[in-house]
Amino acid sequence: MEQTVKSKASEAVHTRGLGKCYGSFWALKDCTISVPRGSVTALVGPNGAGKTSLLKLLVGLNSSSAGEIAVLGQTPSETTNYLSSIGYLAQEIPLYNQFTALEHFAIGKHMDTNWNNELAVKRLQELRIPLDRRVGKLSGGQRAQVGLAMALAKRPQLLLLDEPVAALDPLARMDFLASLAQAVTDADGELTVIMSSHLLADLERVCDRVIILAAGETQLCDDVDHVLKSHKLLVGHSGELPKHEGMSVIQEVRSSTATHAIVRLNNLKLAIPGWHVRDVDIEEVVLAYMGQSRDMAADERGER
Amino acid sequence: MIFHISSRTGVPPYLQIVHQVKQDIRLGLVKGGDKLPAVREVVTMIAINPNTVVKAYRELENQGFIEKRAGIGTFVTKQPAGPSPDVQSALLDKLEVWMEEAKNADLDEEAVEALFHTAQRNKRGDQRGTDGKK
Repeated sequence: MEQTVKSKASEAVHTRGLGKCYGSFWALKDCTISVPRGSVTALVGPNGAGKTSLLKLLVGLNSSSAGEIAVLGQTPSETTNYLSSIGYLAQEIPLYNQFTALEHFAIGKHMDTNWNNELAVKRLQELRIPLDRRVGKLSGGQRAQVGLAMALAKRPQLLLLDEPVAALDPLARMDFLASLAQAVTDADGELTVIMSSHLLADLERVCDRVIILAAGETQLCDDVDHVLKSHKLLVGHSGELPKHEGMSVIQEVRSSTATHAIVRLNNLKLAIPGWHVRDVDIEEVVLAYMGQSRDMAADERGER
Repeated sequence: MIFHISSRTGVPPYLQIVHQVKQDIRLGLVKGGDKLPAVREVVTMIAINPNTVVKAYRELENQGFIEKRAGIGTFVTKQPAGPSPDVQSALLDKLEVWMEEAKNADLDEEAVEALFHTAQRNKRGDQRGTDGKK
């Protein structure tokens, strides 16, 4: 089913109409994304939106049921060559609790020809994480940093992170994101990152692109700055929103006296007379898309 | 120089950096010839995407506030672009007269802010040309 797609050299990941079904359930359908090399992309969406399914397809842990996929110019089901260029940190941060960080690195050194042990050791020393303590005795934030150091030590071109900061306290989260941003800086455009997370506010600062998955489909795949520029909140007296070709309504909330609508302007210069136009933050945009897909699902089931 | 990023404003992070540098220049916290932190330092300081910092610095360079010197770093330009203190204080006087009028008309601070932002937005619309308005 899987076909090779012609991806541009400037793209780390390219998919078109990608889908994954388990039995009759589509965990991911019609997913079309493009991830430029050197970018840091946030993958967001509600639980069950297909985020993990997509990441697993990218690393070849799953095979696709429909559509096209190219990762670093290769087709995951046809080759494993590209895997040495991929760093993947799974949600549960798989480490051996009885082993120390140094012992983990020793395993990595044996398994990976590209392994940079010095880099991994230096990274943890800078963070004052004990190298000779069993990782089971480390804090959650420290374990996440060991996991990140492992993923980066193989000097990947593409780093995939599945909910890396979900279980961390705010300070450990900031430290983790700083380490990640540093790694991106040091790689000087040679490292592409895709990171799934629910913590939208954190993502805005570290990510320059965002993919919104909801109801198993891609709702948005765009540059964060452009998303903020093109999405606005319209506030006006209750009544019909004017229909414009240059504008799509993402979410509309009406009361007896007022109408609030989050819209996407396809024409950034579009003026909507009689409506107050306000800026929105990335969290509001994501919530609007999630709300939209939930409403559509309810419609399909005839609940509305 | 210390940066802060808020994710609750709807202002893209790169623009927040641009605003903060300009503000610090206006307030005299940094002066012509001062060195701005390197991209990597900013990244470490506030856990931010390096591309965002690069984009902000490029924007500031285009606007004439900073200049890159190859191999040394990024510096605040000697004569920051912008209106002279005289022009600014004349404008401030006019604004204060207007504020007095607004106060006499019973507008509270929020109403004043709303009017200010509307005027700013309208002005921005003007500059874009005629196709932005009906």
